[in-house]
Amino acid sequence: MKAGSNLERVLEAGHFAVTAELGPPKSADAKVIHDKAETLKGNCDAVNITDNQTAMVRMSSIAAGTIALQHGLDPVIQMTCRDRNRICMQSDLLGAYALGVRNVLCLSGDHQRFGNHPQAKNVYDVDSMQLIRMVKNMRDEKKFQCGEAIKVEPRFFIGAAANPFADPFEFRPIRLGKKVAAGADFAQTQLVYNVEKFINFMEIVRKMGIHEKIYILPGVGPIKSGKAAEMMATTVPGLEVPDEIVQRMKKAEDPKAEGISICLEIIDRVRQIPGVAGIHIMAIEWEKAVPDIVQRAGLLPRPVIEVVEEPQEPPAQKPA
Amino acid sequence: MIIAEQKTLEEIKQIVAGYNKLLVVGCGTCVTVCFAGGEKEVGILASELRMARQMDGQQLETVERTIQRQCEWEFVDQLKDAIEDCDAILSMGCGVGVQGLAERFPTKVVLPALNTKGMALTVQEGLWAERCAGCGNCVLDKFGGVCPIARCSKSLQNGPCGGSVNGKCEIDPEIDCGWQLVYDRMKAINMLDKLYEVQEIKDWSTARDGGPRRINREDLRL
Repeated sequence: MKAGSNLERVLEAGHFAVTAELGPPKSADAKVIHDKAETLKGNCDAVNITDNQTAMVRMSSIAAGTIALQHGLDPVIQMTCRDRNRICMQSDLLGAYALGVRNVLCLSGDHQRFGNHPQAKNVYDVDSMQLIRMVKNMRDEKKFQCGEAIKVEPRFFIGAAANPFADPFEFRPIRLGKKVAAGADFAQTQLVYNVEKFINFMEIVRKMGIHEKIYILPGVGPIKSGKAAEMMATTVPGLEVPDEIVQRMKKAEDPKAEGISICLEIIDRVRQIPGVAGIHIMAIEWEKAVPDIVQRAGLLPRPVIEVVEEPQEPPAQKPA
Repeated sequence: MIIAEQKTLEEIKQIVAGYNKLLVVGCGTCVTVCFAGGEKEVGILASELRMARQMDGQQLETVERTIQRQCEWEFVDQLKDAIEDCDAILSMGCGVGVQGLAERFPTKVVLPALNTKGMALTVQEGLWAERCAGCGNCVLDKFGGVCPIARCSKSLQNGPCGGSVNGKCEIDPEIDCGWQLVYDRMKAINMLDKLYEVQEIKDWSTARDGGPRRINREDLRL
């Protein structure tokens, strides 16, 4: 075990993993996190806590992740390179680990141009690849980025993102391979709606042997309405929603039910692809749909892995 | 070269408000080439400012001068005779030029008329685009002569983010994805395998992040 998180244990045991996204609120309201956590509890193996997604100021992912921990969930803290330099990133990683967080997903982050503070300075001291390596070196070499030793190292299960739908397509598997080389343990992908393209991507990934070195969890998510489908298809860079799906959503009498049906069909298809280790459900601001999806996909109950040893207990919690 | 563009007339009017005799100084190098602060622009801006002041029922006197470079003392010194009876200097140079004048004439008010935009290439007539971020440690050998620091909106050094679509950047369909350009170049020169290597965290201390930079060539100093 590298970190001993629930997600790592589930994947190591060979189970088909389910992760779900939990978006923190644009406010200081803890109740939102408590409610979403209760909804997701028992329906997934880990919850991704987004880090100021789309560059909108939201509650800190580490703070929200700590609240999720109180509900017995295993948080995956997302960390983008947009807002923090290496000093702040490492400091936050130490803090997150001390609070009990065991998974981190390393991301470039949406450019601030998209968010509600487009005039902000963009940091990008480190890119997502370099962040992965930095987290790995902190864990395995017990060293800060500068080379100094860490007395008690943060041990994270390290996640990376992959987008098979962005360009240049030929470089996407290579980039994932680089992330493995940098130290990623698992990857979660952009939302898959064009399953054919994802199948092609996975074929190249398998040829390169990447799937044997990293757990790959394709992103899936229910669309709420025809309008949302159209918007996703036309306005979100790097997201591909085939016209067939847009049309189905637009014609549906009950768009929400149709969105869930499409999501279930996609889950069915991606599960059959060799090299897929689980799914990552992104029901954006629709966390309530997750229990239904997981149940109807036949993915309940979620495995409970016996924790035999607890080497990852933060020292602060150990009796003196 | 350094590219710049003129501030709005409204903003310049506010900047020069309260000064009645202005020395408007153009620069004959970069900002002349990018049509922002050369002799011609000095003439136009000076007359616009005079007219604007007149419409407000007041007078503005301007003296127009353009020197070869505002970033070199030998040219800046040519202004000495003109500054005495002016109450402010309006520089149409880049940010370096403005400061060159301020440094040489320490008791004079020096004001900027341009916004400096960076180091760029004239892509075509009327279009200039940034190519160098001046990071102080050139990495162009690793990326086929296309700089990901300057040309990727996130300065990524290990490949394109998930927002690269049809060769364009996620932040603006008018901006090329720097990484698509790197990829295409590396493919064309048969060096794609170089992009498989993980680029380690960059040392930004050679960039502006390490404090104001200077080059000191002892062998050349008097």
